[in-house]
Amino acid sequence: MMQVEKIRQEFPELSESVYGKPLVYLDNAATAQRPRSVIAKWTEMSAKYNANLHRAVHRIADVATAEYEATRDAVRAYLNAGCREEILFTSGTTASINLVAFSFGEAFVGAGDEIIVCESEHHSDIVPWQMLCERKGAVVKVLPVDDSGHLRLDLLPGLLTPRTRLLCVAQISNVLGLKNPVKEIVNICHSNNCCVLVDGAQGIVHDRVDVRDLDCDFYAFSGHKIYAAPGTGVLYGRRSLLEQMPPYMGGGEMIGTVRWTGTTYAPLPQKFEAGTQNIAGTPTLRPALEMAEQLRDPGIEAETERVKEFMLNALQQDPRIRLYGVPRTEDEKIPLFSFSVEHCHHEDLAMILDKMGIAVRSGQMCAEPLMDRFGVTGMLRVSFAPYNTLQEAEYFIASLGKAIKMLE
Amino acid sequence: MKTLQEIQAEVVEDFSMYDEWLDKYEYLIDLGHRLEPFPEELKTEDRLIKGCQSRVWLDTVVDGDRLFFRADSDAIITKGIISLLIGVYSGRTAREIAEDDFSFIGQLGLRENLSPTRAGGLASMIDTIRRTAQKYV
Repeated sequence: MMQVEKIRQEFPELSESVYGKPLVYLDNAATAQRPRSVIAKWTEMSAKYNANLHRAVHRIADVATAEYEATRDAVRAYLNAGCREEILFTSGTTASINLVAFSFGEAFVGAGDEIIVCESEHHSDIVPWQMLCERKGAVVKVLPVDDSGHLRLDLLPGLLTPRTRLLCVAQISNVLGLKNPVKEIVNICHSNNCCVLVDGAQGIVHDRVDVRDLDCDFYAFSGHKIYAAPGTGVLYGRRSLLEQMPPYMGGGEMIGTVRWTGTTYAPLPQKFEAGTQNIAGTPTLRPALEMAEQLRDPGIEAETERVKEFMLNALQQDPRIRLYGVPRTEDEKIPLFSFSVEHCHHEDLAMILDKMGIAVRSGQMCAEPLMDRFGVTGMLRVSFAPYNTLQEAEYFIASLGKAIKMLE
Repeated sequence: MKTLQEIQAEVVEDFSMYDEWLDKYEYLIDLGHRLEPFPEELKTEDRLIKGCQSRVWLDTVVDGDRLFFRADSDAIITKGIISLLIGVYSGRTAREIAEDDFSFIGQLGLRENLSPTRAGGLASMIDTIRRTAQKYV
């Protein structure tokens, strides 16, 4: 069994101080800290193997290309995808979703068609669909959440029509921290010939992902939320769909032959990887996913459970606090807590906590429709990673109490 | 009457008495609470300052060549910061405000200690006061 204190030493940022106080980093849902193994790979790729991929016939280009493609194999294995052609590298979840919105949209969405988007989605899983529907004369329909933050699955069959082409759902909402019943949603949608895109930005970190078991058609995630370099990302796509979808961007290695009379495209996955790729960043996904695996240790998971239990108790017992995303069972909640405090503005709380050394998020969390749903202008969010300790959770709750006192 | 620069120097001196950031915040919270109530009906879209994470409303009343500001925010620390600004600029002539370099804000150390999104909000408040003054010069 591993100890959290030991694994923390692998993440240099966690030993930093702010305003003379030890940093307590509780903004992991925004971006996670990076372990030494990731920083080392990033540095190595930048310092020793900086060459463009796939095209040159020289030693360092060979190494860079091998690293990049080995990363594809590692991601395929991690997601349990059927083949490496289904793994596309992007700059992040947003880019992955935009790729689907364009290319799937070009292939399969026409005037009068419908896309279902969940009410609790991140702007990155809302706006691309609005843009697509505007281009095509299609319609965005919304699957709402109830007061506790759970998706209204009972309303889904009524929303699906023969014109519904795609449903977009986050595996875990970045505001509510609840695991959505993705498998069930996929079943319902597939029996209505509707495809499903899963936004895995938070899900990849807090749940085991098996795209064949989920049976989703697309799965998007960002590297930086799972300890890898920023500007890295993945789109898993079902091969039969990707084959039928036109390229998103043109240029670079996505071509077959280019003639004035017409151009052909490269086979998967290069067809969707136009331009110079993130040569130094993408290979960091390999050590990052290894770290994610390592963090699924019973000793560390036990500490995360203690953090979750403590936080849920502390927040739910306080009558001044309103928690959004109230779990029915502890299992469905990840250690991410968005809430508001009576008579205290989320921004004031975040500013005071910052000066106590605690990094949290305040505001709309890129989910304005969900803020409207709950009638607030913003929330305070604390999001824990496996490397956070119960002691940090206790310090947070004590500090929150002091901050509330200052504002009363 | 004190000059604009004299008032600014006083504000900077008051603020620098607090060494700890939490004490500075306590001071701003106190200023925020003491700010004159802002009429609800003035909380309109055109008085809302863009670029702030919290909502900030600023209303200007012109009397001769002098400008009088009233403001409000739903966040109390921000309200305290506005209170500082209003204390300095409200009642001054449009020319004085338009010609001011606003450098006393830098001396408060607020800009460095607000996150960039917050500093952006402060910049928007200053910008709104400056542009309003320029309109009446």
